[in-house]
Amino acid sequence: MDFLLSDEQKQLQDLIQQFIQKDYPFDVREKLVKSEDGFSKEFWKTFSTFGLLAMPFPEEDGGYNGGPVDIMVILEAFGTGLIVEPYIPNIVLSGNLISNLGTQDQKDAILPNLFSGDMHLAFAFAEPQSRFDLNDVTTSAEEDGDNFKINGYKSVVMNGPAADKLIVSVRTSGNQLDKSGISLFIVDRDTSGVSLRDYSNIDGSKASELTLENVVLSKDAMLGEEGNAFSSIEHVVNLATLAISAEAIGIMQKMNELTLEYTKTREQFGQALSQFQALQHRMVDCFMVHEQTKSLLLMAATKLNDQAEDAVKSISALKYQVGNAAKLIGEESIQLHGGMGVTEEMSIGHYFKRLTTIRTIFGNSDYHLKKYSSL
Amino acid sequence: MNKSVCIIPTSTTNQTHKRGLKMNLSFSEEDLKFQQEVRSFIKENYPSDIKEKMDTGIPTTKEDIVTWQKILSEKGWFAINWPEEHGGTGWSVTQKFIFQNELAEANTPNIVPFGVSMCGPVIYTFGNEEQKEKFLPDIRDNNVWWCQGYSEPGSGSDLASLKTKAEKKGDKYIVNGSKTWTTLAQNADWIFCLVRTDSSGVKQQGISFLLIDMKTPGVEVQPIITIDGSHEVNSVFFDNVEVPAENLIGEEGAGWNIAKFLLAHERTGIGGIPHLKREIRRLRDITEELPLNEGFLKDDSLFMDKLNKIEIDLVSAEYTELRTLAAMSAGGHPGPESSILKIGGTDIQQSLSELFVEALGYYAHPFMSESDLLSNEKRIGPDFAATVMPHYLNYRKVSIYGGSNEVQRNVIAKAVLGL
Repeated sequence: MDFLLSDEQKQLQDLIQQFIQKDYPFDVREKLVKSEDGFSKEFWKTFSTFGLLAMPFPEEDGGYNGGPVDIMVILEAFGTGLIVEPYIPNIVLSGNLISNLGTQDQKDAILPNLFSGDMHLAFAFAEPQSRFDLNDVTTSAEEDGDNFKINGYKSVVMNGPAADKLIVSVRTSGNQLDKSGISLFIVDRDTSGVSLRDYSNIDGSKASELTLENVVLSKDAMLGEEGNAFSSIEHVVNLATLAISAEAIGIMQKMNELTLEYTKTREQFGQALSQFQALQHRMVDCFMVHEQTKSLLLMAATKLNDQAEDAVKSISALKYQVGNAAKLIGEESIQLHGGMGVTEEMSIGHYFKRLTTIRTIFGNSDYHLKKYSSL
Repeated sequence: MNKSVCIIPTSTTNQTHKRGLKMNLSFSEEDLKFQQEVRSFIKENYPSDIKEKMDTGIPTTKEDIVTWQKILSEKGWFAINWPEEHGGTGWSVTQKFIFQNELAEANTPNIVPFGVSMCGPVIYTFGNEEQKEKFLPDIRDNNVWWCQGYSEPGSGSDLASLKTKAEKKGDKYIVNGSKTWTTLAQNADWIFCLVRTDSSGVKQQGISFLLIDMKTPGVEVQPIITIDGSHEVNSVFFDNVEVPAENLIGEEGAGWNIAKFLLAHERTGIGGIPHLKREIRRLRDITEELPLNEGFLKDDSLFMDKLNKIEIDLVSAEYTELRTLAAMSAGGHPGPESSILKIGGTDIQQSLSELFVEALGYYAHPFMSESDLLSNEKRIGPDFAATVMPHYLNYRKVSIYGGSNEVQRNVIAKAVLGL
């Protein structure tokens, strides 16, 4: 048994931390969020030169053969700097789907451009009624000669506004909740019948509502086998759940640090807030919850890496606990900042907003507790 | 893309162990062999009469515990954490983890920690050669039962305010005062005590660490019966007890530092995680057998949610402990995460003991005394019921002892958060 990062992983961590310190202070991030793209395409290219964009892919795809632990290291560091660049939708979700399921032609057309930072992708898996159930798919693809005709609606597609291509889950057979009969298509943004309504989320990220109306696609646009996409979707979403949990844990660490600092400087009744025992114990609880959740993160990353039998169960344990920890640390951090915690001026509120959206993304605590119980 | 711009070297080795990955949860073949060895040793040597008591909730006696601990001693598997020169095992972190889990799996009696985990490490760390020679072998071989004299009637969480006085007269200390909550003092041959040798300065500075033979005239033990009806803890009174000065460990006045060392030494393992893993599985089995309406308790999803939540907390506590052990074995000190083990572990102990009570409904209420349990009379309700409520009541202690969980939070605030 070993729980320590390798030297290479430590280097990776340091590299991102230095980037945050030097190039990504809070005011820079705020300008990026308010810009038209909502993030920096230049920084995205920087991440390419760092090797981050090709990290979790096999060498034969042009990647660096990284695994779940590397993804964890990257996203945890991203969380501490509240990095808004769309790593999870581009790399963890879409890139992995292409790498796992793509034909050589599909890979050649997409992966080099994804790794260089020139192409953006998004994965449209959610529908208004589906919540967190990946098998709940009503968007339909009907065979029409050599083509497929797609009709349906996908909600809150992360990174939709920047995406050049969208990967869309559709039903090619079966009933609304069936796990079989789900297929994936790669859809160019400007295909006729595709319309995107782009918008900002409360956490500064960008998303789109996607309408597909009689979109005609050739069979070449299908990603993977017809009707058999569900397990691949589940696999990348598990990986993305690990990734977003790592981001949350980075955010929680930073929120605890910011809160501790703030209570040391803010004085009331003639002493620093940090001297009040009622507040000290609450900060200790926040510290403990962060460490305990981090233990689950390390466990889940390692189990996913080892392809352990209970890897999926451990992901649900992790996301369940991330949801609880995010509520405690998020809300306590705001409370301990007092009125300043609810202003746009301080970074704490922005960390809180991202942490709060993460509680929902890929399933909230209730959803994952149910899933854990069923496994 | 141009790979040469990436600062991270790539490896071309196998796919499952990617990119210089160090983290690894699986056991090596050697570890698995060790696990098998431990398992068969327990199977062959764990006395069946003690096992039956443990499995049916009949209280174990002093003789039972000593018998079992001596079996481990003879195998050389008792003082597992000690340095090898004093009879330790030299095991890796993983081996210790496996050993503890196997002991808990087999439902063996908990090791009584006062000698082997507390007094022993103090003696081999702070004691002189004569003391090491005199005391360590008997602890390692289970010839002597130790108890811990820390708390006093007026010194609970504020341990440093202790008043039991040891005055030096020639080559002796004369000890007067009293200790309380002394666990299993009724079984003990010796007691290690924090005593006050100086009242003039800062309260922490006048404390010394003294070993006292319980048979010395003037030592008196009185039982304290706790709300579960059991006799586990005691008051110990000292009335002009004469203790040879050679029984002082370290310098006079060094007691507080020794006490802090002990606390740090004991952080890991205090949550009793291997035992909890077994208990939670037992409760899961119980939910499949206990009737509820036309089905079983497992059909109650609210109950099962609580069980699953506790299980997730337990996994988190287990991996927090493993992180600590891994950091220590890599030569580092236990990180800040170690300080949370006591609070986390005891929270789980209490929630789980409460969930057992909930599982039983009305059958948590019938009370059976120790003599009822020892008699052959049929139990009331399910077989496992008799010990459940007493256990819940008894376990209120875990968030109070070893430094209350509030004091633990003060410690973390100070030592980790720097407040």
